[in-house]
Amino acid sequence: MKILLPLFVVVALVVIAFAGAQANLQAFFGIVVPYAAVAVFILGFIVRALKWGSSPVPFRIPTTAGQMKSFAPWIKQNKIDNPSSRLGVFARMALEVLVFRSLFRNTKTELHDGPKLVYGSEKFLWLAGLAFHWSFLIIFVRHFRFFMQDVPFVIKIMESLDSFLQIGAPLLYLTDVVLVGAVTYLFLRRVVMPQIKFISLPADYFPLFLILGIALSGILMRYFTKVHIVGVKGLVMGLLSFSPVIPEGIGSIFYVHLFLVSVLLVYFPMSKLMHMGGVFLSPTRNMANNNREVRHINPWNYPVHVHTYEEYENDFREKMKKAGLPVEKE
Amino acid sequence: MAKVTTPKPAELVTSIDLKPSGKEWMDTPAEIKPGTFCWGAKAKNLNIVEFPNARDWNPSEEDWKLPENWQEIFLTGMKNLLDKYRSFKVFMDICVRCGACADKCHFFIGSGDPKNMPVLRAELLRSVYRRYFTTSGKLLGKTAGGRELTIDVLKELWYYFYQCTECRRCSLFCPYGIDTAEITLMGRELMNLLGLNTDWISGPVANCYMKGNHLGLEPHAIMNSIEGMIDDIETITGIRINPSFNRKGAEILFVTPSGDLFADPGTFTCMGYLMLFHELGLDYTWSTYASEGGNFGFFTSNEMAKRLNSKIYAEAKRLGVKWIIGGECGHMWRVLTQYMDTWNGPADFLEVPVSPITGTRFDTSRSTKMIHITEFTADLIKNGKLKLDPSRNDDLIVTYHDSCNTSRGMGLLEEPRYIIENVCNHFHEMPENTIREQTFCCGSGTGLNASENMELRMRGGFPRANAVKFVKDRHGVNMLANICAIDRATLSASMDYWVPGVRVTGVHEMVANALVMKGEKERETNLRGEPLPGKEGN
Repeated sequence: MKILLPLFVVVALVVIAFAGAQANLQAFFGIVVPYAAVAVFILGFIVRALKWGSSPVPFRIPTTAGQMKSFAPWIKQNKIDNPSSRLGVFARMALEVLVFRSLFRNTKTELHDGPKLVYGSEKFLWLAGLAFHWSFLIIFVRHFRFFMQDVPFVIKIMESLDSFLQIGAPLLYLTDVVLVGAVTYLFLRRVVMPQIKFISLPADYFPLFLILGIALSGILMRYFTKVHIVGVKGLVMGLLSFSPVIPEGIGSIFYVHLFLVSVLLVYFPMSKLMHMGGVFLSPTRNMANNNREVRHINPWNYPVHVHTYEEYENDFREKMKKAGLPVEKE
Repeated sequence: MAKVTTPKPAELVTSIDLKPSGKEWMDTPAEIKPGTFCWGAKAKNLNIVEFPNARDWNPSEEDWKLPENWQEIFLTGMKNLLDKYRSFKVFMDICVRCGACADKCHFFIGSGDPKNMPVLRAELLRSVYRRYFTTSGKLLGKTAGGRELTIDVLKELWYYFYQCTECRRCSLFCPYGIDTAEITLMGRELMNLLGLNTDWISGPVANCYMKGNHLGLEPHAIMNSIEGMIDDIETITGIRINPSFNRKGAEILFVTPSGDLFADPGTFTCMGYLMLFHELGLDYTWSTYASEGGNFGFFTSNEMAKRLNSKIYAEAKRLGVKWIIGGECGHMWRVLTQYMDTWNGPADFLEVPVSPITGTRFDTSRSTKMIHITEFTADLIKNGKLKLDPSRNDDLIVTYHDSCNTSRGMGLLEEPRYIIENVCNHFHEMPENTIREQTFCCGSGTGLNASENMELRMRGGFPRANAVKFVKDRHGVNMLANICAIDRATLSASMDYWVPGVRVTGVHEMVANALVMKGEKERETNLRGEPLPGKEGN
């Protein structure tokens, strides 16, 4: 059920969009839904980020992953994994966000006879995660050819690199293959690996199916059931210039693609996909380990009831005197 | 309470299955098994520190005597914490359940209990968060991963938040830095609101609040304990040491976990401090009021931790010292590094620590004004201020256990190693996935070092012990060094259980054994009263 329900929902979304396009609801699926989705995405993202931002960071709690900056110049600091400066934190965050450094550390624990625990290298999650996110980004950027009257040089370069294998016509984009492969792997590990299967929720399967749906509908359009590409560009340009038009004969599959993207945008701010924004706010990663050098201020720090020395001495004065300890009051 | 038996190591290992299967975790209430939990807090200890809903209760009984509006207290408390901690809010929202943390937890590796996978431990609370604090969870319930806060769920939360030692190993591997320690801290705060503390934590907290240390040692008892050590030191070295207590005008205040005063092998470490400071002629004092470096308050609530911690700066101020040295302890140093200054600073009445022996200025502690004793000693050795005879430790084949907190909450990795390499001749590292920032917990941190939960402790201690076994088999390691009072107590038990023949020592015990003191007689024994290498026949 954890898997079937999200799958069913994505299939239903496909059917809805397809039927809608067939039933001449192009204006709804081509104009109303995308506008609404983008609005929900932007507002939702901002609201969520503001919600996070409204809670303070009372303590400086980096997870230190290497030698700290020592008092001693002869002990070498790990400036990236245990940063003490802003530059160090920037480098740590950049590596985290761009190449998933923490995930690169991943190991696999196995219990062998003996008993002997073995921690093997396990880079597949890192590799698949990296392949997925980067190919998704490149594909997203490639789509800018639909958003601009003249296709920028950068995007042309990107496209030619992406298709350098020169397979088929239209040329096969590598990122299309990588994205589908990576999403498939990320799905399979949730089904095959017992630990991952056990922790997975519908909210883990749904975005995978949704993104797979987006990718497959896109691939279908590009390589198989061709859509009217000039019409598509006309529609997108119309949306962007706030004078939307619905060109004739684009093809229903396009509306399926657009609808799934819209659903992704709406779903994004209320889901775990917000890790995209949240990773930047993670206090264990984005803070410098300079606690003993620079005092961190907690905005809600408040006075607390303590047991003072005076009270302590009152409790033990006679015993202290007997033991020869100095006291404040005789 | 009934006596709980711990299974034999072989039985325990056979019971571990790291491949979870079976029913949905949301539909499986926790089974609170004897040997894996600590007794409930006593009302009298909670009353001493004005904790709410104090009562005697027993986790193994059906009725936990909860206040009638417990659900409201829990959820209001949760809202309050979400508003106070961005970490908590973000960590509730962004986990993608990639599972990278799953097999990184010592409790999962030692038990195979899927709810000990860090991701799932957090999901236990996250499911409640989704149900009560997110729109999708309110509307869609279980489909959106939400879960009603029932009495069974509450018990499950309690059970698993007391099976986490806040060691942060999972947070090292998380692509978003989600820190289960942070989630457990919040979880335990919520339990605290309902009086659901454990006896092993709340007893020391009450002791520390009233008497200055977890063990509840009164001023004269602290002095007696140290005098006993001084007698032993005199027997071994012929030198009579005369430390001072609560002395105004001393240059340095020394604070160490009270565990060092109480039981072997911690006491040997403490003898090490005493001998080192004496040899240097250091102008320092002990305090009976601030006689605890550790902070069990940290395992109940942020406020309680601050209340206990306040004594260190208050006492430094009262005595008029210039700066502070802290002893070998794990969580003590996370608290001192990441919390103390924020809570109870600024310590502007103190001076930036400068070693009176070497003149080294400890600028990296220029705000907290407190340095770790291994920093102090490493500096002494580097500057050639100590006369050391490492061959006195030649009977030891040493490996070193990094404490979770000094590794992942501070980054103190090389200083203790530098000392060890200078005071003994046989040192071997454990496998790299089990040391430094990847170190494994002893299995008994965060106040889980009781006796009634011994099975849990041995399970949690399994990965660490297994790595020790590896170097024992390969290099004949017979001594496990560390810089943590809880380690010294708990690793001893874990070694006896998993790797018999390996003993446990603090780093400063080895320092003192190697330390050639001015005017000492020819030593025949080490601090434990055992013949030194080459003196066995005497």
